[in-house]
Amino acid sequence: MRIFLAKRVFTLVLTLLVATLVVFVVLEILPGDPAAVMLGINAETDTLNALREELGLNRPVWVRYTHWVGDLITGNLGISYTYDVPVSELILDRITVSFPLALLAMTLSTLIAIPLGVMAASNHNKPMDFLVMSFSQIGIAIPNFWFAMLLTLLFSVTLRLLPAGGFAGWDAGIVPVLKSFLLPTIALALPQAAILARVTRSALLEVLQEDFIRTARAKGVTNQGILWKHALRNALIPVVTIMGLQFSFLLAGTIIIENVFYLPGIGRLIFQAISQRDLIVVKNLVILLSAAVIMINFMVDLLYAFIDPRLKGGGDV
Amino acid sequence: MTLLQVQDLCVTLNTAHGPQEVISHINFSMDAGEKLGSVGESGCGKSITALALMSLLPLDSQTKGKIILEGQDILKLNSRKICSIRGNRIGMIFQEPMTALNPVKQIGAQVSESIYLHLKLTRKQTLERVTELMDKVGLPVSRFGLNLYPHQLSGGQRQRVMIAMAIACNPDILIADEPTTALDVTVQEQILDLIRELADSSGMALIMISHDLGVIAQTTQNVMVMYTGNIVEMGSTMDVFQNMSHPYTYGLFSAIPHVGSSALPGRKRLSSIPGQVPELHLRPRGCNFADRCSRASKMCKAKEPMATRVSDQHQVWCYHPLSCEDKK
Repeated sequence: MRIFLAKRVFTLVLTLLVATLVVFVVLEILPGDPAAVMLGINAETDTLNALREELGLNRPVWVRYTHWVGDLITGNLGISYTYDVPVSELILDRITVSFPLALLAMTLSTLIAIPLGVMAASNHNKPMDFLVMSFSQIGIAIPNFWFAMLLTLLFSVTLRLLPAGGFAGWDAGIVPVLKSFLLPTIALALPQAAILARVTRSALLEVLQEDFIRTARAKGVTNQGILWKHALRNALIPVVTIMGLQFSFLLAGTIIIENVFYLPGIGRLIFQAISQRDLIVVKNLVILLSAAVIMINFMVDLLYAFIDPRLKGGGDV
Repeated sequence: MTLLQVQDLCVTLNTAHGPQEVISHINFSMDAGEKLGSVGESGCGKSITALALMSLLPLDSQTKGKIILEGQDILKLNSRKICSIRGNRIGMIFQEPMTALNPVKQIGAQVSESIYLHLKLTRKQTLERVTELMDKVGLPVSRFGLNLYPHQLSGGQRQRVMIAMAIACNPDILIADEPTTALDVTVQEQILDLIRELADSSGMALIMISHDLGVIAQTTQNVMVMYTGNIVEMGSTMDVFQNMSHPYTYGLFSAIPHVGSSALPGRKRLSSIPGQVPELHLRPRGCNFADRCSRASKMCKAKEPMATRVSDQHQVWCYHPLSCEDKK
């Protein structure tokens, strides 16, 4: 286990370093002056030079890189060019929206998908299986922004139960926050659940063919026991893989849903920073999101080992 | 006392060629503590018979006939009652120890599961029982512990865990489906000894399934020789082995290689049974073995043979059973 962990941590650190290099190279070294990009084509030469000086673009490349990595480690991400506030403050502010939303959506999606997948697999080729798979097909086919609009139409416009958008802010208390999160969570979770249910079902169907399932039956384990105690854990590897990918997507890829519901999340921040050419924000956001994805993958790897002890690589007796 | 009675058992499986009867009209009975062998080539229905006894056949298969365990027809029970028989009254050891254990569960948990399901013991009693079982199968807890995973054990050790699981609830019948086929030769002997010892000491009946005549000779009192889903010869192991009457049984024996025999000058090649087991959908009318049999006559290809008595404890299903002179 210790060797396994050491290997994973080493890979993690290495991947993070490579990610910083890639982001740095793409944004700073490739042709095109970052200062010119930020100021636009009509900028005065004086202003350009001043910005170059401010951004430290006149220093050698490796100094800029090491400084940036050092800043990343200490959390000093610079001042946003357009918002004129520290980037770290800006990002932290948005994370308190995006992270809980992603977590809620992931939880809801898992709570829906795994029981549905198990139900479909245990009723393989029966009406229940067909029903679950049909719903899943619909869930995958419907674009989530349209689904989000339908939800708003029903719950906000017609029934007037929930706000149509906006974020109450954490100071407003937990209930208003949950209310503003509810519709986005559903809109994000259902399409994810549709995919996850399918993966759960097919992974389970494969495991149910294994020899050890027959052994468990021969011991007198009931059908429910077979599914939940013997098959599910063996089927979790592909399920957890997909969950990791979905969580990464939910953290940063919810631009559309955040726009539909006017939520001040990370997705909207990237969108705004890019359209305002705020390269300082873009650069740091991109590396932070890459780091988040790498961290999620690291945790998925640890989960694999937790699910399947063979992956830890213990010695023979 | 008769413990198990199988009457007219037929199993039909769905295959690529449609539903095919893989076992037809099998009859046998077992007394408590009896050791019964089942021998035959791959695909002759040995394992299917065993799975039928456990009601473990695929859902789309059909089973007809009766399997009576102490007056109760297993085939008529609902799934809950079947579960209370599996692992409790009948235990089963499978062929492939490498894949037959759940890879993500510790061996202690796997052994204690059926105890927990059937015996309803307290936590402490269950632990005591598991410790006792692990001692019995030669994996003492003091040395191996209970929290190992199957991948940390060798094939022989895994098969020992499998045996501990199968006998956990002191079943009336232990079915061993080729328990040593996947193991090293050196380990095979130990596992066979273990199974025989356990069956002797606990008085449970044993059904030993194997294609290895040596294994059958070592472990059983009675034997049934199976071919394409039928029993072709049945009787006390001693009688059948010394006085084999079915050409198929004789063929199986002739096909056993003997150590050093090839060194003898003028020694013939290892004999084999000509032809192959007919595929399910191509099974002939009459005796299924007729096409591979040198003694076959017109009658053999027209009508299935009935049982003929060779001696009190020995029956054969053949029109032209071998006599003593034939074997010389």
